Amino acid sequence: MKKDKLSWAQLVREAEKKNLPLIDYLLERSAAQLETDRASILAKMETMLQVMEEAVAFGLTGVKSNSGLTGGSGKKLKEYIDSQETGKKGLLGSVVGTAVTCALAAAEANAAMGRIVAAPTAGASGILPGVLMSVQQHCGVPRDKLVEGLVVAGVIGEVIANRASIAGATGGCQAECGSGAAMAAGAVVYMLGGNGKQIGDAVSIVFKNMLGLVCDPVAGLVEVPCIKRNAGSVAQCFLAAEMALAGIGSFIPADEAIDAMDKVGRALPHGLRETAEGGLAMTPTARAWSENYFKGIRG
Amino acid sequence: MNLFDIVGPVMIGPSSSHTAGACRLGLLAAGILGEHPKKAELVLHGSFARTYKGHGTDRALLAGLMGWQPDDARIPCALELAREAGMEFSFTPGDLGSMAHPNSVLFRLTGAGGNTCEVIGASIGGGQIQVTNVDGFPVELNGVLPALFVPHRDEPGVIALVSTILAQKRINIASMRVFREGKGETASMVIECDQPVPPEVVRSLEGLAPVKLVRFVDRVS
Repeated sequence: MKKDKLSWAQLVREAEKKNLPLIDYLLERSAAQLETDRASILAKMETMLQVMEEAVAFGLTGVKSNSGLTGGSGKKLKEYIDSQETGKKGLLGSVVGTAVTCALAAAEANAAMGRIVAAPTAGASGILPGVLMSVQQHCGVPRDKLVEGLVVAGVIGEVIANRASIAGATGGCQAECGSGAAMAAGAVVYMLGGNGKQIGDAVSIVFKNMLGLVCDPVAGLVEVPCIKRNAGSVAQCFLAAEMALAGIGSFIPADEAIDAMDKVGRALPHGLRETAEGGLAMTPTARAWSENYFKGIRG
Repeated sequence: MNLFDIVGPVMIGPSSSHTAGACRLGLLAAGILGEHPKKAELVLHGSFARTYKGHGTDRALLAGLMGWQPDDARIPCALELAREAGMEFSFTPGDLGSMAHPNSVLFRLTGAGGNTCEVIGASIGGGQIQVTNVDGFPVELNGVLPALFVPHRDEPGVIALVSTILAQKRINIASMRVFREGKGETASMVIECDQPVPPEVVRSLEGLAPVKLVRFVDRVS
């Protein structure tokens, strides 16, 4: 018998049926699945959060990648924002400014062979650290709530992986950075007091705005445009979360938006799914750089 | 996928397939060799051949061969540390055929105690791996469960002999695949088990007359 697909709406309904707060139901469900208990899950998530923080700190030192193509932009943005006169926080404001800075740093730590949490993937590993660290710093969210937010993000990722995919090779960047942004948006809505429906709305709004995003890494490396797409995904995350928290619903439910993402991903041509044979990877600048780079490897 | 497949694993960047998966392939290949490798000739195919330096695939493969996990902070220095440890190694871009997965590698390994093996494997996405060939035998090993690799002479009753010993030791067989070069020639069994196989069980399997070799390959975390 074919198992039903995981559904965010169904998870929210189950929690209501059991008369449990959403987070308690999600933890109970994961504990049963992993044959462990709630406390162990939270403890493991706490270590994930610590690795994320270390990755951001490593990235902010201005690390360069092996290929020399990228690095130092998180540090640069931090210095720029810090140099603004008191009261001015740059165009992005403090919440998004810090989040983008930290997301760039974590993504650059990944490109420089730092230790990271693949969440949902290595290529999209800057988004959640950036968003969580900024919400911790600017929104007064306590540590245990942050860890719970990461659980909510993880379950959203499970739904996406089950109904669609989190791999760029299957669904393009919308499946990697799009999923990362959707997971982070759901976490933000949860941490700031939103309910299950609002979390779903935020997930759906992210996919509305990121549907069709292609995966076109220059020379096949997780650098250009991946690092800046992590930054862009952070902005999409806060946009969706703020709207959902304001009570702006999404006409398309989260599960259906995820299904649409899956269909769009499958319709993407091969060259735009992590093959480095389309999009930005095939621009004259990218081709010239790649040719030189591959010559260096062979030489 | 469960919660920690999504928020996790913790790994050294930059790529789950080209770095974390490469490290796991190294771990599995060293497990098949059955001892610490002292010499490793690696042939890299497809995307592995094209992007291995930028992704640190070479360092991650060596790290795995040295028994390090994908989150080991020493991975970026694996080339230097392997050299210091007296390991001989080489990386050559090559062609493993049109059927090979784009992220494929051929390991030619020699162990400290003289074991040798040739292993072909691929990193198939998200850190998942598949070893497809050991010493010329088609196999399917993914490191998810503990496994036995048992080359043997093709004759009636070998499977029953092996499975009887495992049953006596309460080791449950999760899957079993048998391949042979030809009738009555060399064949091989790959047995995935629910429990690790202790050394004394491996020794009693090695004592069976038609069995040529027994390698216990533990799961790769």
